[in-house]
Amino acid sequence: MADHRLHPITPLGYDAPHSVTLGPVTITEVVDTALASLATRLGEAKAVADIAETAGIPLPGPGKAAKAATYASFWLSPDMWMVEAPFATHEDIVAILKPHFGETASITEQTDAWARFDVMGADLPAMFERLCNFDLRSHGPGSATRTVIEHLGCYVVIRSDDHLSVIGPRSSAASIFHALETAARSAY
Amino acid sequence: MIINHPLLGPRDAQEFTYLGDAALIDRPDGMSFPDANAAQDAFHDYLYLRDNPAGEHRELWYHEQGDRSWLVVTRNTVTHEITKVELARDVARAKGRSK
Amino acid sequence: MTQENRIKGGQIDRSKTLRFTFDGHPYTGHPGDTLASALLANGVRLMGRSFKYHRPRGPISAGSEEPNAIVELRTGARQEPNTRATVAELFDGLTANSQNRFPSLKFDLMGINDRLSPFFAAGFYYKTFMWPAAFWEKIYEPIIRRAAGLGSLTRQDDPDDYDKGFLHCDILIIGAGPSGLMAALTAGRAGARVILADEDFRMGGRLNAETLTIGNHAGADWAEDTVRTLAQMPNVRLMPRTTVLGAMDHGIYSAVERVSDHLPIPAPGKPRQILWRIYSRQAILAGGATERPIAFENNDRPGIMLAGSLRTYANRYAVAVGDRVAVFTNNDDGLRTATDLQAKGIDIAAVIDTRQEGDLLPGIRHLKGAQVIDSSGRLGLKSITIRHANGRSETLSVNALGVSGGWNPNLNIASHHRGRPVWNEGIHAFTPPTDGPKNLTAAGAAAGALSTHAALTTGAQQANAALEALGLKTHTLDLPKAEDAPLNLTPFWYVHEGKGRAWIDQQNDVTVKDVKLAKQENFTSVEHLKRYTTLGMATDQGKTSNITGLAIMAELTGRTIPQTGTTIYRPPYTPVAMGALGGRSRGHDFKPTRLTPSHKWATEQGAVFVEVGMWLRAQWFPKAGETTWRQSVDREVLQTRASVGICDVTTLGKIDIQGRDAGAFLDRVYANTFSTLPVGKVRYGLMLREDGIVMDDGTTARLGENEWVTTTTTANAVPVFRHMEYVRQCLYPDMDVQLISTTEAWAQFSVAGPNARKLLQKVVDQDISDAAFPYMACANITVCGGLRARLFRISFSGELAYEIAVPTRYGDAMIRELMKAGEDFGAVAYGTESLGVMRVEKGHVAGNELNGQTTALNMGLGKMVSKKKDSIGMVLSQREGLTAEDGLRIVGVKPVDPSQPLTAGSHFLDKGAAATAANDGGWLTSVVYSPHLGCSIALGYLKNGTARIGDRMRAVNLLAKTEVEVELVSPHFFDPEGERLRG
Repeated sequence: MADHRLHPITPLGYDAPHSVTLGPVTITEVVDTALASLATRLGEAKAVADIAETAGIPLPGPGKAAKAATYASFWLSPDMWMVEAPFATHEDIVAILKPHFGETASITEQTDAWARFDVMGADLPAMFERLCNFDLRSHGPGSATRTVIEHLGCYVVIRSDDHLSVIGPRSSAASIFHALETAARSAY
Repeated sequence: MIINHPLLGPRDAQEFTYLGDAALIDRPDGMSFPDANAAQDAFHDYLYLRDNPAGEHRELWYHEQGDRSWLVVTRNTVTHEITKVELARDVARAKGRSK
Repeated sequence: MTQENRIKGGQIDRSKTLRFTFDGHPYTGHPGDTLASALLANGVRLMGRSFKYHRPRGPISAGSEEPNAIVELRTGARQEPNTRATVAELFDGLTANSQNRFPSLKFDLMGINDRLSPFFAAGFYYKTFMWPAAFWEKIYEPIIRRAAGLGSLTRQDDPDDYDKGFLHCDILIIGAGPSGLMAALTAGRAGARVILADEDFRMGGRLNAETLTIGNHAGADWAEDTVRTLAQMPNVRLMPRTTVLGAMDHGIYSAVERVSDHLPIPAPGKPRQILWRIYSRQAILAGGATERPIAFENNDRPGIMLAGSLRTYANRYAVAVGDRVAVFTNNDDGLRTATDLQAKGIDIAAVIDTRQEGDLLPGIRHLKGAQVIDSSGRLGLKSITIRHANGRSETLSVNALGVSGGWNPNLNIASHHRGRPVWNEGIHAFTPPTDGPKNLTAAGAAAGALSTHAALTTGAQQANAALEALGLKTHTLDLPKAEDAPLNLTPFWYVHEGKGRAWIDQQNDVTVKDVKLAKQENFTSVEHLKRYTTLGMATDQGKTSNITGLAIMAELTGRTIPQTGTTIYRPPYTPVAMGALGGRSRGHDFKPTRLTPSHKWATEQGAVFVEVGMWLRAQWFPKAGETTWRQSVDREVLQTRASVGICDVTTLGKIDIQGRDAGAFLDRVYANTFSTLPVGKVRYGLMLREDGIVMDDGTTARLGENEWVTTTTTANAVPVFRHMEYVRQCLYPDMDVQLISTTEAWAQFSVAGPNARKLLQKVVDQDISDAAFPYMACANITVCGGLRARLFRISFSGELAYEIAVPTRYGDAMIRELMKAGEDFGAVAYGTESLGVMRVEKGHVAGNELNGQTTALNMGLGKMVSKKKDSIGMVLSQREGLTAEDGLRIVGVKPVDPSQPLTAGSHFLDKGAAATAANDGGWLTSVVYSPHLGCSIALGYLKNGTARIGDRMRAVNLLAKTEVEVELVSPHFFDPEGERLRG
């Protein structure tokens, strides 16, 4: 972590991640993950795939998420992924990734563009059917998609059967969190 | 409506933004005309003279709340039946567009 | 209090008693009752007044087709008007009231309309209230609305919540009667994902209302067993109290689930209702059929009901609507009412059967070829008059009459895509269209298969057809044995005899006479019939009346029913509360809110916030002693210009553009050239639409050889990004360009004023002297001892100014650091008002000037449109109409008398010119008070404006009734040479 005197706040405006348990689910702010978008430059698909493999960065197909030792990622757009890494070691994630990819890929810092809420518990589909049209009952771990929650484009990444992440625009963190809480109260 | 995204499968049309006639892809090159009048005539036709068929129509949809792909959707404007969905980028390339 | 009409049996739970009131009178009922069944059990038949004539009315049905028993439920903020008592589930403490009556249901003053009925025939309103047109809004409409009332609104906020949700299934089955249950069982056993939705709180459909058997069980027991079996299947979702409202495109259905309507108050956190969007691959309409009446004179008295509904009340709800009952029928199903009721010990006065042929019922007075020609009883049925086959008339004393004119399949949803229903001669009714929604089939009575056996058979068949279409294995179940009796209906629509009114549509008070009048006035097409008479246009969508009305029209015009045709239905199947359609999107939750990185800090400062799109931005920061917003804004502006001010500008859109062709790409999307911009520099860009109108503006910084960041206006962040993706993917697919939004990733602050550099140097780790970091420079830097940041030397205020960006999580800390660093300089925080004042003083265009109608030339930026390269909008921006010499040009405006305020939206008029459109010279776009100049100033668009600078004109606002003499000046009120921002 860089040596500076500024203290971060969470997307909800707290000093430490906020968490709430409602019935069988726990909704928690997650701030310990650095994010960067990785887009292949034109004609560099092969090079990017090779470099990513060497660097241990998975590049899953459309609608998918994948995890490796240090890095995880999910598909964003054709030729574009969101790469996740531990914030503690990868705060300046672009500076870490760039040397690997050079001019074969465009890499952009996305860490603070998003608010991430992890929702953990049993019977998550009952909650999410009140939030979005993503059919959790027919998508298992390793699925990731963008969907509309509370009028906002949010990514839903299924980490495991009882754990998923909602990654939405940071400025609307409070609105998203409120929607998640409301849906949980309604469902359980 | 459901749009069968070529990469993501069936998606609700609510996730998309509609633009209109896919003929918009056929944009003239503004520098390729002998004079300003010819250029303006061509751009006038390109921008304003659109077909509005009752029936099959190729149109541009943007997956704004999804993967940000522009799609060319072949849709029957009377029945809403969608018979073909392509990535606009592929369509543009097939038409010879480059850079 | 006695439930004197309660009989044995039924599906009510007598172990519990529920108390409720109707029009203030206390009554009791039991779980399993509807409001209507409980009232009938208590001997209450009168439940409403009709819409137009205020005729006393009682329920004619036991379901959602009910036209008459429309009541208000609950009180206070939860009061809900226009609810059908026949489907309102009874709960303890329910308060219900009748509506459309004054002062009371039994004595309604508006009943005078009934005596004046000759004046109120079809077309009355059209003919009478035609002229003068100006009378409509103020005189006619209020009178009509008061008289022809439905329920009343509370005018209070609904305290309950409504959810919206999304469900997915292989097969959606609409209706849980015998066909729907059989379909669900078949599809469920085959392993398909099934949703079975039924509007009733008890699944089973007609099986709950009949004494028929399935296999060795009572039908209702079979239904209960089957529901229990289905509930065990994880792949089947049972949704009682759920009405499928409509068929959307591509297998999407909307449905409303009444989660808490049967409870006094929803449980904490639980919604009252949920509006579901159901994505299905196949759907089966198993919605049953609705019985239709036969029209005869005075057929609308409380106690006259559909025959099947009388049976429902007896069999399901254990209620005898009357103790002496007659049945009027043209088919065999009507006979069941007589036999069922007689078996319950109810006295059957007679069965009046319009048919000559067929067997006589044993032990019942069964009159063949007879008709009911009239009835009596002001507030409830007392007697009927019948005409025997031999012409003799007879009056029978009865207090209930069951009427059956046949059954109409509930095909509504199948015609939501404009499919035309098909006439079926076998049952003399319309059946679902063959061109209905794709992948929707019908089973059971909804398909015209009216017997129980046929319902079970078609349910299983359609489930297997759906399974096959899905590529799943079909599943054959042994069908239990059930009755398969024919309907034996001989069409008989209305009794021709009688001079009085015979009702067809009881909710809209449409009579046989009205149909005759429509015919007489040549409104003979079904669509005209509907609109002229309002037949079927009430909240029940004519479920019990449409077919009868058009059949009468067919008869009157000598056409067949298929020749006459039918109107079709549109969603919703039954009325939906607005709250359900709105869901959670109301009040503060109407739309999500976007908060800036400095929001927490600004709140602590007592900032006043303004909504900008979904953003909440600080508008100004009041200080102690400031009593008006102007005092705060003047102070912020003056102090910024005198020393330094800080503003959160994060809301501006930021788009990260990378790739080898990023420069060339920017050349295409912006009218001016970017590819020549050196690394480390920022340039202002003007973006046009293809039609040559300005779309957006903003600065673009080149942070690396292939790395650029573009800013957009706050409002256009999303459209500009969409447009750039369009240009990238659809127009130049081989450009090496990658785009991603970084609007929220960076907290960005403007630091402006003569002391901006001194302030920033205290937090920036690198040298930012003018030499090291000149005007329009940009760089990746670090702040506060190593935090990565971006610095741009750009100015919107006209001051020496920078924008500094840090990762958003540090935005809160950054604003505090900046304010602390600025203490020595008396730094102020400023909001959007001051931002606006300073940009107008500087002559910068913003939203009011970029209004979607204006060109670069209008803005005085015509030279920015490069003709040396192709760009979006370049060609058409040169059109004759957009380039006229005397076209609109931006000007600055000052009042000649500095004490006079200007008003935005005022129009320019020459001295002495009348305030007409012809003399209109243009308008004032943005008006602010400039503390620097000590007067109100404005930007505006004026015809030939540049040439008129120095002239005096009038700024006239006819709405605000203001007129100010103004002087036209350069739009650059402040530091026109730009010396300050380069300082």
